[in-house]
Amino acid sequence: MLDLLEKKPVILLLLSALVIMIGTAVTMIAPFTWINDPSLKIAGVKPYTPLQLEGRDIYVREGCNNCHTQTVRPLVADVARYAPGSTDGYSKVGEFVYDQPHLWGSRRTGPDLARIGGKYPDAWHYKHMADPQSMVPKSNMPGYAFMRQPLDSSLTERKMKALGFPYTPAELEAVKGKTEMDALVAYLQKLGNDIPWRKAAAAAPLVGELKNPYTDNASALIEGKLLVSQNCAQCHGEELKGGIGPALTSLARPEGDIFSTIFKGRGGMPAFGDTLGREKVWKIVTYLGSRTGKK
Amino acid sequence: MSVKASYSDDATKGFLTWSIIWGLVAVLVGVLISFQLVFPQLNIPPYLSYGRLRPIHTNAAIFGWGIGSFMAMFYYITQRLTKCPIWSPGLARFQLWLFNLVIILAAVSLAMGYTQSKEYAELEWPIDILVVILWVIFALNIFMTIMKRKEEQMYVSLWYIIATLVGVAVLYLVNSAAIPVSLFKSYSAYAGANDANVQWWYGHNAVAMVLTTPPLAIFYYLLPKITGVPIYSHRMGIIAFWSLIFMYLWTGAHHLLWTPVPDWVQTLAMGFSILLIAPSWASVFNGYFSMNGQWHQMRDNYLVKFLVFGITFYGLQTLQGPSQAIRTFSAFIHYTDWVPGHVHMGALGWVSLVLFAGVYYLIPRIYETELYSVKLANAHFWLAVSGQLIYSISMWIAGIQQATMLNATNADGSLHYTFMESLAEMYPYWHMRAGGGVIYLVSLLIFIYNILKTVNSGSSGSQTVRATGAV
Repeated sequence: MLDLLEKKPVILLLLSALVIMIGTAVTMIAPFTWINDPSLKIAGVKPYTPLQLEGRDIYVREGCNNCHTQTVRPLVADVARYAPGSTDGYSKVGEFVYDQPHLWGSRRTGPDLARIGGKYPDAWHYKHMADPQSMVPKSNMPGYAFMRQPLDSSLTERKMKALGFPYTPAELEAVKGKTEMDALVAYLQKLGNDIPWRKAAAAAPLVGELKNPYTDNASALIEGKLLVSQNCAQCHGEELKGGIGPALTSLARPEGDIFSTIFKGRGGMPAFGDTLGREKVWKIVTYLGSRTGKK
Repeated sequence: MSVKASYSDDATKGFLTWSIIWGLVAVLVGVLISFQLVFPQLNIPPYLSYGRLRPIHTNAAIFGWGIGSFMAMFYYITQRLTKCPIWSPGLARFQLWLFNLVIILAAVSLAMGYTQSKEYAELEWPIDILVVILWVIFALNIFMTIMKRKEEQMYVSLWYIIATLVGVAVLYLVNSAAIPVSLFKSYSAYAGANDANVQWWYGHNAVAMVLTTPPLAIFYYLLPKITGVPIYSHRMGIIAFWSLIFMYLWTGAHHLLWTPVPDWVQTLAMGFSILLIAPSWASVFNGYFSMNGQWHQMRDNYLVKFLVFGITFYGLQTLQGPSQAIRTFSAFIHYTDWVPGHVHMGALGWVSLVLFAGVYYLIPRIYETELYSVKLANAHFWLAVSGQLIYSISMWIAGIQQATMLNATNADGSLHYTFMESLAEMYPYWHMRAGGGVIYLVSLLIFIYNILKTVNSGSSGSQTVRATGAV
């Protein structure tokens, strides 16, 4: 039978098309049914607003997905790094139902951004986007200062209609006069912010006694100083006199409070517990305490 | 029927010239972006920043160099295997114009930031339509030539060519489906996890139908021609063909392991990826066993070196690929530099080495001359292989180091390294990678010089009438 095929190009053509379609039907067409399962919907996930959608389009235009992924895998290190404080903060089908196209990416030259929303205050993003190395000295991210140019909003309404997203005239009006950076930051701040993981993580209490194991430990002070310059200075300033975040030169709160703020984050400040661990956070607390003493 | 036939090699000449030009562009941009990763100040936003240049690099390589030279060689091979001139030389000439138009539009529009963002399917919808027209013209011309062939038996190369024509058409049409907003902007027709699953069904099978079946078609044609001995087993070639095109389509989701795509799709992809070792290695063995008693040709015949190293890298690639498709290993190396190391072994090692052999084989024949310098061809070979190995090996080591750092935890379960600490360790490897790229670029310039000298010494007749032997 196989030998016969060698003489029949039309049959060969049709048969190879058929063979190709078998795997296609099972692994490409059938999964739509599974992925579209209504029970996978997440109630909090809302379509993009006009400004967020324009920001997403800029993300696509600049090819951010060439270096940043947007899927947190259910792996210990992935969850600890990208959904800190949670145990089930990995990505789920329901988060992505409004993503046309998906932006999961294939390479993490930079970190994953699926949970970047709410991690930093807007001011951090504006500064970082314009000049990444000013915030993260060893970063190899290109600068995007040119995004301070005005946003082209001529297609915004058509875009919302094409995707079938709801919008109000006020929302459309609000896009006008914004810069591209405004839109991009609005998009980034939405990422991962409309799913329950962060609230659950923030509500979880810190387990264990909050007692500084490094009180009066000189070597911890040296390490603490280095950790502060690597992790805190970009927002609180090299001299800790404030910047995007407040000044840290006269902290009058108990060490346990400072520890839990750093460990779990607070307001616009990211959580450092899962990326630094208890020991390093205590070293930072120790160093900050020594600064307050000197003043 | 007479064995004398008047073949038209105009299209082959044109496609070869242009595919080499686009190949040079791909490598130049590749070298530039490899330096941008080390020196971010080399980014010149908006048009020349990494995020916009990387798709230009991949598109120029896959579509400009890859598809362009496949088209050249398919036109050449199909005529010889069917003993029949091309169905429509005029259509082939038109196709060359359209091809170059598409590639130029692709490069310009990607630099402008017009992109659908899906990997290897970035082009916006108006260019997609041109691509579809281009492919229909090409498929029709090749298939009609096969239909009116004067050699009843279709050699295995023609099988791979036919599968390529069908496969690319299905993949490209489905994945590029989009909702247009304006001439320069559209949204994918699929959302979220569905879009990802369709994309990687496309993405991995572009590897099958663009970067596997065409070079295999060329390999199966060239090996007997160049070595003078027949293929070891035609039957093994046939079995490998059907199992390859059957299994490949199940494996796309191995790009999506540990993502929200349904687990059973991932598991199937993992299983079929392992199974794919069999048909892939059937072709490798076919190559090796054909060389029985002919291994001395590795010393005497520079073309054999290109082919045997090419099929060897194919063998390594098709062992490494399935291993990466296993969940546990993927969890470790996915999203690191390991993967670009893997991809470039396939692109620079397997596909390009076979294509170089094809160009070296075809050019003297269609221009009726001798190769200008075998010495330079040898220099090209060794530099290309060294550059590629420096690239791939440094990326594998970088990938393992970064994966290790990103997974390291302290006693209390917290992470040992921040992301930036792992990134900072990558710079030495990225320097090495850029160095490997520069060596590869030098090898390519030697190749181009050699080909130019050869063409200039040849005849410039547009219609070549020659006697040709059977396969």
